[in-house]
Amino acid sequence: MKITNNSALALLASTVLLPLHSAIAQTAPGAPATTATPTPMPPPVPAEPPLNLHAIVMFIVFVAITLGITYWAAKRTKTATDFYAAGRGITGLQNGLAIAGDYMSAASFLGIAGLVYMNGFYGLIYSVGWLVGWPIILFLIAERLRNLGKYTYADVASFRLQQGPVRTMAAIGSLIVVIWYLIGQAVGAGQLLHTLVPQISYQVSIVIVGGLIIIYVTFGGMKATTWVQIIKAGLLLGGATLMAIGVLLHEGFNFEKLFSDAVAVHPKHLQIMQSVAPIGAKPNPIESISLGLTLMFGTAGLPHILMRFFTVTDAKAARKSVLYGTCFIGYFYCLTFIIGFGAIVLVANNPEYVADLAKSVLTLKGGGSMPAVYLSHALGGDFFLGFIAAVAFATILAVVSGLTLAGASALSHDLYANVIMKGKSTEAQEVWVSKLCVIALGILAIFLGIAFEKQNVAYIVALTFSVAACANFPILALSVFWRGLTTRGAVVGGYVGIFGSLILLIIGPTVWTKVMGMGPAIFPYDFPTFFVLPAVLVIAYVVSVTDKSRSGQAEREAFEAQEVRSETGLGAEAAFAH
Amino acid sequence: MSNVTASRITNNPAYRELIKKRDTLAFTLSLGVLVLYYGFILMVAFTPEILTQPIASDSVIPLGILIGVGVIIGSILLTGIYVRRANNTFDPMIQAIMQDATK
Repeated sequence: MKITNNSALALLASTVLLPLHSAIAQTAPGAPATTATPTPMPPPVPAEPPLNLHAIVMFIVFVAITLGITYWAAKRTKTATDFYAAGRGITGLQNGLAIAGDYMSAASFLGIAGLVYMNGFYGLIYSVGWLVGWPIILFLIAERLRNLGKYTYADVASFRLQQGPVRTMAAIGSLIVVIWYLIGQAVGAGQLLHTLVPQISYQVSIVIVGGLIIIYVTFGGMKATTWVQIIKAGLLLGGATLMAIGVLLHEGFNFEKLFSDAVAVHPKHLQIMQSVAPIGAKPNPIESISLGLTLMFGTAGLPHILMRFFTVTDAKAARKSVLYGTCFIGYFYCLTFIIGFGAIVLVANNPEYVADLAKSVLTLKGGGSMPAVYLSHALGGDFFLGFIAAVAFATILAVVSGLTLAGASALSHDLYANVIMKGKSTEAQEVWVSKLCVIALGILAIFLGIAFEKQNVAYIVALTFSVAACANFPILALSVFWRGLTTRGAVVGGYVGIFGSLILLIIGPTVWTKVMGMGPAIFPYDFPTFFVLPAVLVIAYVVSVTDKSRSGQAEREAFEAQEVRSETGLGAEAAFAH
Repeated sequence: MSNVTASRITNNPAYRELIKKRDTLAFTLSLGVLVLYYGFILMVAFTPEILTQPIASDSVIPLGILIGVGVIIGSILLTGIYVRRANNTFDPMIQAIMQDATK
């Protein structure tokens, strides 16, 4: 039973990256159903739908606008700095919207609303964890990253260390995070687009997404990626605000009424206000703490988020952008909470949306990511549904673009330019390689998205955030704050973080038991960070202090110059006015 | 950037003071976020009855909703405190240090 409980947590964790199709469906068996039937989830019902014209028109409008932006950005993308870092001309507010946009994926919008819809109050507990990484990024990382780096966080991690080994390790960490995150987004994109516009098949949906992002990123680089992200963040915040207002309007702006109406409708009644775990699962302290560590420090180790800090004009703008971003994200989570409860009141029990009222008043046609989508229909009809669907689609495009650019820069800037060519390639060559990598990653995302359609991808959040929290973040932080870190310490620590989290994930409950069907898990927790992060810190420390090499000594001595640049911005990459 | 300037900065006592002040603030506020969030998580794990008790006898709203929203607002406020201190205190300090170093 313990395993099921842990798994329930991880499966719910997956909701932020993935629509709940798989996640909620698989949580159900772990939850002792108090309803009469054990409610096996029916497959998404292909309910002979009419053509969703509003959604299609709005998709096309969005795509036309973003292609226009890409054309505009392409004409202004000449140097490598333009391509990777939008010419460092992004303001604090713009970057705040863009980082919030990177973080508020479609699945986080639909997924957390779906989680609240199924579990009530627990959804809030869960979403709090996704916010608390941001202050940490501000206090420890953002300004120093802007002062020290050029295009990738590996620039910062390897600032005074040996380029080859440290960048290789950092690039592997980045690529593992980016590629798995991409798979999650691609599978989510295929399912979502196919559900919203059933005339477009899963495969075609993914090809559309892959093709568009290749165009955005190869032609428009970071400028196009950032502006697509900003527009989408505005649309998402606007759309979610309208939905929350719609819900509150329906409930007479009375929260007490909203919550009591939801309690009355939901089959678990008062339990949705009183359960601090997914309904049916027991809380497990170590897993909760480990999940918290993973979310908090994983956020500070996501390459596509860290990359955004190189696009702003200076450290001050980097700092402001985190404050703006944190406000937007916190506000957004409050909205999703209202939206989730609104969906209980307006969507559950409604024969128009529920798959089979006789079995369950909660289970919706199209699966667990649909509550927010149907709520938009209940509030504003086909037009609003079309708008929200287009926003969800825009969100996927924007997030996938940012990921692809982050992955391509790890390949071109870190591996090609600095490890293979040892800094001897020209800027033009580097950008050219980068564009090839964008195309390769876009095609890879399409293939992986199609290959993983029927796979159980519930472990993706745990995987990406654990690698980010156990390898990327600690090595970055040690390199910036601790004089004693040497190349050996960074490399050994980094690989322990990467492979330690991967191995524990593989022998953990989700992958070992659920995905591979190998029986009871060897490692009992879904989130290994609680064990791996301290191990990485200890190992990096021990290996560094026992490193008596001459180069290690030189690296310690180079800390002072690094610190001056990191703290004051002396010598930091300048902004270009365009 | 010349090393002369860099060494002039490191020899400036104001530079040490800047690092000390900024690090103290950054680590204190980080600790603040950890206490806020882990306070909440440990309540979830060990004293859920505090979170689930209704805010009033005739209400269905559990105290935990207010506490959860409080953690979100608290995190935003802490980031606000940092940005304010950095804008008002650290930026002028950096400016003075840089001016001193390029004299």
